[in-house]
Amino acid sequence: MNAPLLQVDQLSKRFGGFVALDTVDLAVAEGERVGLIGPNGSGKSTLVNCICGTLHNEAGSVTFAGEKLDGMIAHERTHRGLARSFQLPRPFMSMSVAENIRVPLVYTVNARHGAQHLSHAELDDRCHELLALVALEGKARNSPRDLTQVEMRKLELARAMAADPKLLIADEAMAGLSHSEVEDIVALLIRLNERGITIIMIEHIMRAVMKFSQRLAVLVSGRKIADGKPDDVIKDDEVVGAYLGT
Amino acid sequence: MRTPLFILLEVVFGAALYLLFRKYGNDYVFFAGYTVLQYVVLATAWNILGGYCGYVNFGSAGFFAIGAYSSVFLYTVGQSLDDLFSEHTAGLLHHIFPIPVPILIVIGGVMAGLVGLGTGYLTLRLRGVFFAIATLALAVVLETLVVNWQFVGGSRGAYVIPPAKVPVFGPYIQYLFVLMIILTIIALTIARLIERSRLGMGFATIRDDEMAAEACGVPTLRLKLIATVVSGALMGMAGAPFPFYIGYVDPGSAFNLSYAVNSIAMPMIGGTTSWVGPLIGAILLGTLQQVATVTISSVANLLIVGLLLIGFVIVAPKGIVGLWEDWINKWRAKP
Repeated sequence: MNAPLLQVDQLSKRFGGFVALDTVDLAVAEGERVGLIGPNGSGKSTLVNCICGTLHNEAGSVTFAGEKLDGMIAHERTHRGLARSFQLPRPFMSMSVAENIRVPLVYTVNARHGAQHLSHAELDDRCHELLALVALEGKARNSPRDLTQVEMRKLELARAMAADPKLLIADEAMAGLSHSEVEDIVALLIRLNERGITIIMIEHIMRAVMKFSQRLAVLVSGRKIADGKPDDVIKDDEVVGAYLGT
Repeated sequence: MRTPLFILLEVVFGAALYLLFRKYGNDYVFFAGYTVLQYVVLATAWNILGGYCGYVNFGSAGFFAIGAYSSVFLYTVGQSLDDLFSEHTAGLLHHIFPIPVPILIVIGGVMAGLVGLGTGYLTLRLRGVFFAIATLALAVVLETLVVNWQFVGGSRGAYVIPPAKVPVFGPYIQYLFVLMIILTIIALTIARLIERSRLGMGFATIRDDEMAAEACGVPTLRLKLIATVVSGALMGMAGAPFPFYIGYVDPGSAFNLSYAVNSIAMPMIGGTTSWVGPLIGAILLGTLQQVATVTISSVANLLIVGLLLIGFVIVAPKGIVGLWEDWINKWRAKP
């Protein structure tokens, strides 16, 4: 069996006396779609922040594409192919929608390419292609302030995609969206996965999680209590008791 | 507009200004013009860190004073060569000293840039008000050091006596004015280049959302260090000719609160997101202060700055440039 793309080993994180993550293990294979669920405060976002380098874990390790990431700062992890979207969209408000997409193209894709970086025309093409992927090409020149909630989520995903990632972590990309908008985002994430991108989806909307995930992991109080096929996990007594309810 | 054409326009405008002052003005016009241009450099330098990156620096006076006191130090060394060194060494050093002001400007810039690098390294993990307080503390620490450094005059201050006249330019103030025009051209060109470059894009992401910037691959700490070095160096360069302009420097004048206040207020009033903003703000406020100095009193200067700043924060928080852009956008949006 090939080594997983992402390997989280015995990861622990504390905030003072509060244990946010307690020896969490998680392995994600290349091309896989993994759902990560758990009640509020269970440590999902903390896990994402530790994987992406926004927070530094006190114990354990994160290995990505065979390389240990411990101690590496966030932008270096992005350069290695780890991208994320944020729970609350965080667009660059002083820039247009297209310029938001341009930032990772310039700072991550061009940084990887070194001397043979993308020309202005190639950057424009990539911007247009990514905006078309999320159906925002008509709003390229708009300010993010002009976008609706679902468009803002799409911009967030397109910006993460612009870094040309191997692994995308979508942190509650559907929070606050309507039924049809949720379907829209799930379809988009599946399309991205079909392009070869491994995706971890953190979500509370169970129908979206079940539709999207090939595998499901459950965090409760900083501990992973289940990991397996979605249909099996949602029947697990501990998961039902701690998160799903009867 | 391409950069070479922009520089050419700056040079033409600077030369025209000098010739106009020379033909119709007197020494006072050069003194006043020097002060306004000095503020253009300071405001532009502040804006590179404060406006582009969103890190408010309250320590501008400290960086300005580093430039000023670098010059005082080297001037004093030049005056005391025979006392400080052996006869042989002093003889050799007499070929180097007194160091020309343009070289002192470069040295002042390097010194302030290095302090900027150190400050950045120590403080850039701080954000918002904590960073602002740290930079304010830096100015206080530097002032305390200078007050206790007798070689550069300590609290008594030091005299720096420039020659009355220089070849080509005549009165020394005209020479300093031309140097300040060159510094202004350098500062504006650097600010404009940054704004339109990959670096400027990175700075804007830091200002908007640092965490999102990192997630997009922007090396935020490295960019912030570049900003503190460039900003600090330009402030130091603005301060280096100051002792020759004023003739007598003491900590109270070099670390004056007005430098910190003006270098913040001018970009805020002009607009912080573009190189034009600090230029407009500095010309507007600097000229107003010069007019107030001769018509009312120099005491009114900071009052004018304060009142204008309050007015702009309420009426036009994005400054004159922002007000203009909003007006243009509304005009375009009209059917």
